Amino acid sequence: MQTETRRLTGWGRTAPSVADVVDVPGPASSEHDSALDPDQWLEAAASAAPSRGIIARGLGRAYGDPAQNGGGTVVQLRPSANPVWIDTEAHTATVDAGVSLDELLRRIVAHGYFVPVTPGTRFVTVGGAIASDIHGKNHHADLSFGQHVTAFELLLASGEIRTVTSASDPDLWWATLGGMGLTGVIVRATVRLLPVETSRCLVRTQRLDRFDSLLAEMEDGDDQYRYSVAWVDLTATGRRFGRSVLQQGDHATLADLDAHDAKALRDPRAFDPGALATVPPMPNVMNRVAVRAFNELWFRKAPRDHVGLETLTGFFHPLDGVRDWNRFYGAAGFLQYQFVGPFDAVDTRRTITERVVADGNASVISVLKRFGAESGGMLSFPKPGWTLTFDLAAGVASLPTLLAELDAMVIAAGGRHYLAKDAHTTPEVIAAGYPRLDEWKAVRRSVDPDGRWASDQARRLALL
Amino acid sequence: MKNALHQPQTVVVLGGASDIARAIVVALDSPNLRTVVLGCRNVDGADTDGLAAELSGATVRAVRFDATEHEAHRDWVTNVAAEHGDLDVVIQAFGQLGPDAATDPADAARLVDVNMTGAVSSGLAVAEQLRAQGHGTLVSLSSVAGVRTRASNFVYGSTKAGLDAFTTGLGHSLHGSGANVVTVRPGMVRTSMTEGMEDAPFTVDADVVAAATVEGIRKGRSVVWAPAALQGVFGLLRYAPGPVWRRLDR
Repeated sequence: MQTETRRLTGWGRTAPSVADVVDVPGPASSEHDSALDPDQWLEAAASAAPSRGIIARGLGRAYGDPAQNGGGTVVQLRPSANPVWIDTEAHTATVDAGVSLDELLRRIVAHGYFVPVTPGTRFVTVGGAIASDIHGKNHHADLSFGQHVTAFELLLASGEIRTVTSASDPDLWWATLGGMGLTGVIVRATVRLLPVETSRCLVRTQRLDRFDSLLAEMEDGDDQYRYSVAWVDLTATGRRFGRSVLQQGDHATLADLDAHDAKALRDPRAFDPGALATVPPMPNVMNRVAVRAFNELWFRKAPRDHVGLETLTGFFHPLDGVRDWNRFYGAAGFLQYQFVGPFDAVDTRRTITERVVADGNASVISVLKRFGAESGGMLSFPKPGWTLTFDLAAGVASLPTLLAELDAMVIAAGGRHYLAKDAHTTPEVIAAGYPRLDEWKAVRRSVDPDGRWASDQARRLALL
Repeated sequence: MKNALHQPQTVVVLGGASDIARAIVVALDSPNLRTVVLGCRNVDGADTDGLAAELSGATVRAVRFDATEHEAHRDWVTNVAAEHGDLDVVIQAFGQLGPDAATDPADAARLVDVNMTGAVSSGLAVAEQLRAQGHGTLVSLSSVAGVRTRASNFVYGSTKAGLDAFTTGLGHSLHGSGANVVTVRPGMVRTSMTEGMEDAPFTVDADVVAAATVEGIRKGRSVVWAPAALQGVFGLLRYAPGPVWRRLDR
């Protein structure tokens, strides 16, 4: 165990704070049930700054400050020597919380499995996936990550490691899925895996010139595919407003490989992604000209309507090929704004999108997706409706006004904001978006009466 | 906690009657701003309602603070943090001109006690709190009068020189802690403190100083000159020969 004072930010590289980071190594032994010894590090961590609390941090991919804890303690759980246990009969994996989806995929794809839900990057941990109750391109079909977790082990403020299931302790279960790590430290989880025949996806890609045609295409077509997501050009104005590339797909079967790329049959479960490049520290290059040029190119290179095979990496994690891509935004960093608005708030969806386009500062690759049902997590983000995600360079002068207006429009429409992305909003906006916040706080207090768990985000948004 | 837009939630002013501090608070206003605490000697005279009316929804409270009660500063800061949470921005704005300081030794000592000693004791108390938080900004109002002292106000200037040396040094000592210090060096500013005085070159209004200060907070600067041109001007004046310097001080 190692403690180091470090300055931490989220992936957006904004609002830093300094904390004692405790690196907790996984046990070296291969005993399945000899997890970490909580007494050992919990006491050390808590004695350092008892008033500032502790938060777990995975790979630091949340955009804002949920995995920071200024003046307090941040723990990073390293996976043990045998961090993944696959049960091929139940189709589940029991995984140490510090294991990344990258690591998990490298171990399961060869056995014919895929993770039940993946975000746009493989570099998140299983613990973080549960704490943020993450979603992916299959939310309309498979809901969020928590839906596929059958049990997790949670280190409670009392020092007890409790195995929690939705039946054994429903309050704690639903408070922890999406609970941003504030109910305890997730140390291990059992996750249902998705059997797949190949490591390819069969994807239909369509280039759509208009926002309305995109919406119609998604409403009509999404149900026929497990995965669906649209990449919208929020820098396009006038006649080009809402032009987009829609991708809908499924895991390819062996028959699909045979039909589209027989060579792939030689190694149908090949999966060994590497990084193409690492971005060095640089000033912000995401200016309007560069962003517009990128969007123009990317739109034009997309096929009008095409069905073909894509690798898992190419389809799910295209940005992972470029390490540290957040450095493109320079020292000032960036924000990723993500909200969901209900299906019936049609006017608001258009007004908000138009407002972002009019502002002109949205960056490359904005994402539109239709969500399925709520998961039941008290602070889980997804709910039925449309979710729009876009990046904004943090240094832009019009940003405070734009975000304040957007926040108000989202809340007025009955929508809400994703805590894993949030880096700017207010306690009022979060309280309005999450009607079960008080219920969650009550559960949290019952398992953490002395306020042992805390984060910068929790203090900023008055979650505690 | 400041958010990703550098908008603070809690702002504390030491010397709550300061016009410059008030302008800085207004410039820091946002939906994220929740609490403004004005530390002033005369709590009843604090214009809390007037300031609140200029803000978009933050609560403004006045709490008794005296720059010369050095022993009380640590508890004062601790109590404000206990009541209002992490201190995101603390503005050290108290200070007097001491018009008779050059001829009245006791008056001069009192001026030093407020402007310099008070800045040291309260500055250290604030730094201790910010260090414990792992984040936060101390803004301290220095003056170009301290960059090179002149005959017409050298006692005031020397208090600001002392303050400036202290706050810039404090900033270095906080490096790596997550907390930082922004030392603001305005020229002459039209405020109630300088009322009736003739404008010197580069005289500005308080909101110019406020805008430069907020920009400095946003960019993580350790020193802010207001207006910015004063940095170049004093870069030269600092080395002007004595006779020239005295002639300029009319």
